[in-house]
Amino acid sequence: MALNRKIAYINLTTGEIETKPIPIAVRKKFLGGRGLDMYLMYNHIKPGIDPLGPDNVACVSAGILVNTLASASARTHIGGKSPLTGFVGSANMGGFFSPEMRLAGFDHLVIKGKAKKPVYLWVHNGEIEIRDASNIWGKDISETRETIRQELGDRDIKVLTIGIAGENLVRFANVMTGLKNAGGRTGMGALLGSKNLKAIAVRGTMDIKIAHPVEALEYNRHIIDMVVAAKVSKTQGRLGTPFIWGATNSWGGIRTRNFQANQFEYCDATEPEAIDEYAIGYASCFGCQVHCRAKYIVPSGEYAGVYDEGPEYTVQGALTAETGCSDVVALLSGSHLLNSYGIDCLEAGSMIAWAMELYEAGILTDKDTGGLELRFGNAEALNEMIHRIAHREGLGDILAEGPLRAAKKIGKNSIKYLIHVKGMSNLHSDERATPALALNVAVASRGSDHLRGRPAIDLYGLPEPVLRRIYSQPVPYDGPLTSHWKDYDGKPWMVRWQETCYEAVDCLGICKYHTIFLGPNFPNFEEWSKLLYYNTGLELSPLDIWNVADRCYNIERLFNIREGLTRKHDLLADRYYDEPTTRGVPAACGKSIDRKKFNKMLDEYYEHHGWDENGVPRPETLKKLGIDKEPSHML
Amino acid sequence: MAKVLVIDYEKCTGCRICEQVCAVKHEGVVNPVRSRIKIIKWEQEGRYVPMVCQQCESAPCQSICPVKAISRDESLNRVMVDYDICIGCRMCVAICPFGGMAFDPLAQKVMKCDFCDGDPQCVRFCEVNAVQYLDASEQSTEKQVAIADKFSGALQKVAAAIASV
Repeated sequence: MALNRKIAYINLTTGEIETKPIPIAVRKKFLGGRGLDMYLMYNHIKPGIDPLGPDNVACVSAGILVNTLASASARTHIGGKSPLTGFVGSANMGGFFSPEMRLAGFDHLVIKGKAKKPVYLWVHNGEIEIRDASNIWGKDISETRETIRQELGDRDIKVLTIGIAGENLVRFANVMTGLKNAGGRTGMGALLGSKNLKAIAVRGTMDIKIAHPVEALEYNRHIIDMVVAAKVSKTQGRLGTPFIWGATNSWGGIRTRNFQANQFEYCDATEPEAIDEYAIGYASCFGCQVHCRAKYIVPSGEYAGVYDEGPEYTVQGALTAETGCSDVVALLSGSHLLNSYGIDCLEAGSMIAWAMELYEAGILTDKDTGGLELRFGNAEALNEMIHRIAHREGLGDILAEGPLRAAKKIGKNSIKYLIHVKGMSNLHSDERATPALALNVAVASRGSDHLRGRPAIDLYGLPEPVLRRIYSQPVPYDGPLTSHWKDYDGKPWMVRWQETCYEAVDCLGICKYHTIFLGPNFPNFEEWSKLLYYNTGLELSPLDIWNVADRCYNIERLFNIREGLTRKHDLLADRYYDEPTTRGVPAACGKSIDRKKFNKMLDEYYEHHGWDENGVPRPETLKKLGIDKEPSHML
Repeated sequence: MAKVLVIDYEKCTGCRICEQVCAVKHEGVVNPVRSRIKIIKWEQEGRYVPMVCQQCESAPCQSICPVKAISRDESLNRVMVDYDICIGCRMCVAICPFGGMAFDPLAQKVMKCDFCDGDPQCVRFCEVNAVQYLDASEQSTEKQVAIADKFSGALQKVAAAIASV
């Protein structure tokens, strides 16, 4: 059955591999995926260790509903102490990796130590083998995947791999499970690189027994109907995630030239319709009806004729508005380069945009850039910097260290220009006019992030009764809720609710596009309770699932606090408060975040979580969630 | 009119839900190797092609079966295996030109599409209509409409271009 998948502990230093069943009691407390990974991280990673040393632990997992009849149950999670931030490292990706890992008999891999020479893991029908990777070390993402398939003689093998950036310990190197499916944030590629672990290959033919197959089939059809009924799903399937580009830009929510404007004047040149010209179709992750991933062929330039997938909204903003480049071909090529090297596109774009502002401000000079004219709008320089970061050459070597370390090396007040939280760069969205989104970015457990708790539907101006329907279950809430995105009232609860919602989907292994992220009528706790029962037989009420997610989010908080996190880490970069926006619609123009009101939001947010004024979970909160004696070493 | 599975691989997004629901419908488990339909992928080119039994009128599997376990069920226009007779020699798997007859490694028996007795789950769950359950005659009609549309559209463009000169 779906619950008999195992956990494996792999010690790369000694070569020892141990497998264990996952007790039902643990499942009921943490489900799986990101949530159980957080428990494992809190239990297996000693405080204060070097994230790039052998003591760090990489956790790779499938959500508990992965590869069951729950739509888009495709998500793979990877966690560990972040080489980028030193706090929670956590990245989530779609594709086909964890569905295959479950077929191979495993839900969680806990990888410890460091191999003497490059290796990869071969996970196959209940067995795990550590294999020599000397012939794939140095290869890019796709070459690695195809070489492993050839070596093991099976074209259906799924591969999670790092690229050259991960090998070179670029602190924001990602892991990839497909051409574009990336576990991008927090430098998990550097973590695997530091262990000399190039890849994990999985293939399995073991039955995943569905607890109630007839009901599960029918109910999944119902869930799919809910998802495809939303117009946003159809639009995403037609234009991919860039569909929000034009609208966001027109109201003034696109971070431009690092942080110098909140609207990109070359929006039309880089809009989804312009990208769509080169799209040859759309691709899905496992079991998904939204198919938001464009398939494209680079039309011209150095990479003319190359096939790749995307670009997503994130890389679209990172490589165009942030860096001031308006060239679609440069975007497609840059996206391909980042995918091949295995670099987080968001961090790369933000770091380069930051360096461009430093160059134009005279803080970086031609001497620093090796003669490269690192000006905004210079697509060639952007391209060149991606190469240099991947290979750690010249200025690229400094940027590869991530925001805070790079700012320290460069000095000269360069830190003032950084747009980051907890040492991780912000998405290209500009939240100065949207307090709810600003709060979500500031408090996200893995550093600045829009997928930890963004109440994106706040932008829709939904009527209060609709907001109340969504945000007052499965736990009651009768506090304030406001419809306008410029308001501060009630937003802390929305962020706290979305955090719990997203933690839940990450435990289940379902894509966020199948829950309340971009639309108000998508499945959530009520539906997940039924999906869990029909597929796994586990009986958890909507409130039980909420509590699981709450428990896991508190463990993330505990992990961060153990690594030195304080209230000041939950604040925005100064520019959010000090530099008002200059463009956009009237409600967005001339706006900055009000420090006092923001601090009040933060207080409320902590209160909603049951945390004290420093953001530390209160003993009674932990007791109520049954995690007052962590680490408890159940697994 | 007899119905068939009509596959348009250009519409397939490669999500593989057809494999999933097929195995659940027939075996109560998720396991692609037990699915009667399979998506063949060339990920590096973005090509995904669903492969399934064609329910041939003159079926090679039926001809080669040494114990005559395979027969046509005309009521649903399908080729069926009688497992009481089947000896599991896998000659049908070897001879099928489409790979439509497969071998279930866990049940140790051959398996093939049976249209889920008239309600094919792969079709029911394919939102992009890459797999459809249509009258056999419609298979060519759909193509005719598509190409006619393309052809007449091109003609209109030419006419418009001439008119604007």
